[in-house]
Amino acid sequence: MNKLNILSPDKNNLYAYLYSGISLFFISILIVFLNSFFSLNLTSFLPGTISYFLPLIIGFIGLHLIRIEYSGIKFLDIINKNINTNKFNALLSLLIIFAVIKSLPPLLSWFIIDANFAGDSKDACSGSGACWAYIKTWFNRFMYGMYPNAEQWRINLSFIALAFLGGVGFFATEKFKKYLTLYYVIIYPIIAFLFIFFFISGGPIFFDFSYGIIAAVISIIIGFFIPSKFKMYYFLIIPITIYILLKYVFFYEELIELGKIQAFEWVETGAWGGLSLTFIVSFFCLIFCFPVGLFLSLGRRSDLPIIKYISIGFIEFWRGVPLITVLFMSSVMFPMFLPEDMFIDKLVRVIIAISLFEAAYVAEVIRGGLQALPRGQYDAAKSLGMGYWKMHIFVILPQALKLVIPGIANTFLALVKDTPLIFVVGLLEIVGMLNLAKTNPEWLGFAMEGYVFASIVFFIICYAMSKYSYNLEQKYKTER
Amino acid sequence: MENRGITFGYGFLTQESSFDVQFSLIEYDGSHSYFRAYLVGLLNTILVSVIGIIFATIIGVVVGIARLSSNYLIERTAAIYVEFFRNIPLLLQIFFWYFAALRALPLPEKAEPIFGVFFLTIKGFFVPAFVWNNLDIFIYSVIAAIIAIVFVRLYAKKKQENQGIQTPVLSISIGLLIILPLLSFFLGGVDASVEIPVIEQLSKTSFTFKGGLKLPPELISLALALSLYTATFIAECVRAGVQGVSKGQKEAAASIGLTPNQVLKLVVMPQALRIIIPPTTNQYLNLTKNSSLAAAIAYPDLVLVFAGTALMQTGRAIEIVSITMLTYLTLSITISIFMNWYNKKIAIKEK
Repeated sequence: MNKLNILSPDKNNLYAYLYSGISLFFISILIVFLNSFFSLNLTSFLPGTISYFLPLIIGFIGLHLIRIEYSGIKFLDIINKNINTNKFNALLSLLIIFAVIKSLPPLLSWFIIDANFAGDSKDACSGSGACWAYIKTWFNRFMYGMYPNAEQWRINLSFIALAFLGGVGFFATEKFKKYLTLYYVIIYPIIAFLFIFFFISGGPIFFDFSYGIIAAVISIIIGFFIPSKFKMYYFLIIPITIYILLKYVFFYEELIELGKIQAFEWVETGAWGGLSLTFIVSFFCLIFCFPVGLFLSLGRRSDLPIIKYISIGFIEFWRGVPLITVLFMSSVMFPMFLPEDMFIDKLVRVIIAISLFEAAYVAEVIRGGLQALPRGQYDAAKSLGMGYWKMHIFVILPQALKLVIPGIANTFLALVKDTPLIFVVGLLEIVGMLNLAKTNPEWLGFAMEGYVFASIVFFIICYAMSKYSYNLEQKYKTER
Repeated sequence: MENRGITFGYGFLTQESSFDVQFSLIEYDGSHSYFRAYLVGLLNTILVSVIGIIFATIIGVVVGIARLSSNYLIERTAAIYVEFFRNIPLLLQIFFWYFAALRALPLPEKAEPIFGVFFLTIKGFFVPAFVWNNLDIFIYSVIAAIIAIVFVRLYAKKKQENQGIQTPVLSISIGLLIILPLLSFFLGGVDASVEIPVIEQLSKTSFTFKGGLKLPPELISLALALSLYTATFIAECVRAGVQGVSKGQKEAAASIGLTPNQVLKLVVMPQALRIIIPPTTNQYLNLTKNSSLAAAIAYPDLVLVFAGTALMQTGRAIEIVSITMLTYLTLSITISIFMNWYNKKIAIKEK
């Protein structure tokens, strides 16, 4: 048996050190645990300060005793390597463990034990914990805003249908995979718009925009049968022709009458709100900002000076101002430039403003990807006789976009997190609804519950998005 | 525009504003002009941005290094902090601090003093203030110290290039920065006394603190939310920067006999900073722009004072919104021009 040297534990007396060290470590944790969960102070006989720091000292000595390198015991080695590499690390580890144990009881009691779950008025919440009854009572408003209760099934149904249609890509067979891009970039947004306009908003069946959509759909369907040689001219001329024919020649008289019919009750956008509005705004801004950003980034790298400088000016302008002033502009300045009788809905203005704002950021992200590609890719594509568009669509963009998935995901996350700002123009999504509910005289004093609830909702959405983007990045990662 | 009877012009800037601002760094009341209201807002924006930038940098660097720690617990704690705070909208965080967390603070008469001199109350944070005599001499001494430091640095660099001898620049700089202002206390007649806030009764139930410095709760919650939110992004920048320095660099530096401190100072940091600084400046810019969310909790910043109150009073939407946007634009473009210059300066010179 070798002599025990407490200051420098070694392998010779491994078990002596191990048992004493681990027992000291657990004693320290036990003291803190009892103190925090059962307010039982085991060391109350000691003077205040020493009693306060005793667990830390005991734990520190314990960790010191078990800090033995290459002990041969797997578990011990893992502990030493991860939380106990030196004195400083041991101290920090102990502090973190104690902080967690200390903060658990108050958190648990606020969230669960002392919280009120049942009831539908303020009187139900008498305990010291959270009042989840508040969230329960207001849940409907937090989700749908001021949307009439009887009509909320329209929002639910639209979202379920859109989620289902959005998931089509996962079930598509090989044969249809090549149409997926077309589907997601053009058809799906149109379907989504139609759902939201006719279903959630309850708009008239035929209005000016409907002709455009019908014209676009018809021309795309016919477009599949047109030889590729003429496709370019076809898509320039035919949709407009169909639009004019539809509007002024074929159905004009009949459709004017039809246009007055509304399938559902009209709910103006001012009444929309809550989480569903967050989704609607984020969805459309996402769809619009990506193509605009893409063209801006190409424009910034263009050889034509006019396009280049317009793009640079545009991007730098939007990136230089805060979103809140952009929204101010869209709400107070923009209407002044419109003709007297023209009116653009608040929601539409907000969506345009946020889309343009985020497009500038998307453009910069994509530019990063374009710059990262070696010149050889451009030269190789050109030497194959590809033109500008062919080169970008088939060679450059697929590679560049793959590189910037994380950046684009970050921009989209920023977009979702920026949606609460629409309170500036008086649209109340979930955070706005919280502030409204908070000032309700029957429910004063529950701000904390509301913000915690909204934080959790946003955290789930954003965390899921960031994890999804990470998966996407891994999926498209190619060795270079 | 014409047919709506709207005129265009910036003449209103010199008119009397006739509204009051709660919190202002310069003297201001309703008799001052709209231009001065603009200055008040701008200064408040700059104040909260600077406070936010300082704290965000400190927290961000600490958390960024913690994320690289070999200690599992520390690394996880930092990661949870980053994931949590950056996935929650900033506006929500500002509301949380302002309407939920800071509202739970005690009233002035019930406030417990922290270290006897700080009072954290629902009406704001009351801290002791310095009352200076001959403040100008003190400021001159600090400026003199900074100039001396620049010369020391130049001398040290020259000495290293010529003779290969290193001078302990950092300790000399800190010494200079302490000694010169100290001298000004003893020789220059500089004198500072501390004014501690004292509770005062306004009426039967209303109390407040007199003396000292008052930080309004709007400023605290805004600065807190801004720095905690931006720190997560800065932490990621720092982590990426340090990870971006290849292991071979450290090993090569160690193999030529540099001490661990020298490896960090002379090899790792210069390369890491090259990666860290550009995105971090971007975050500073974002923080400054995000400070415009102050309007949501009535902190009198540029947007609230100028694009809010002044706009409502004058109705000159185009002028005011354009001035506000131009201000932010100038700010960002100045910083990005500086960044481009700096980037070019520190970029690796490739032949």
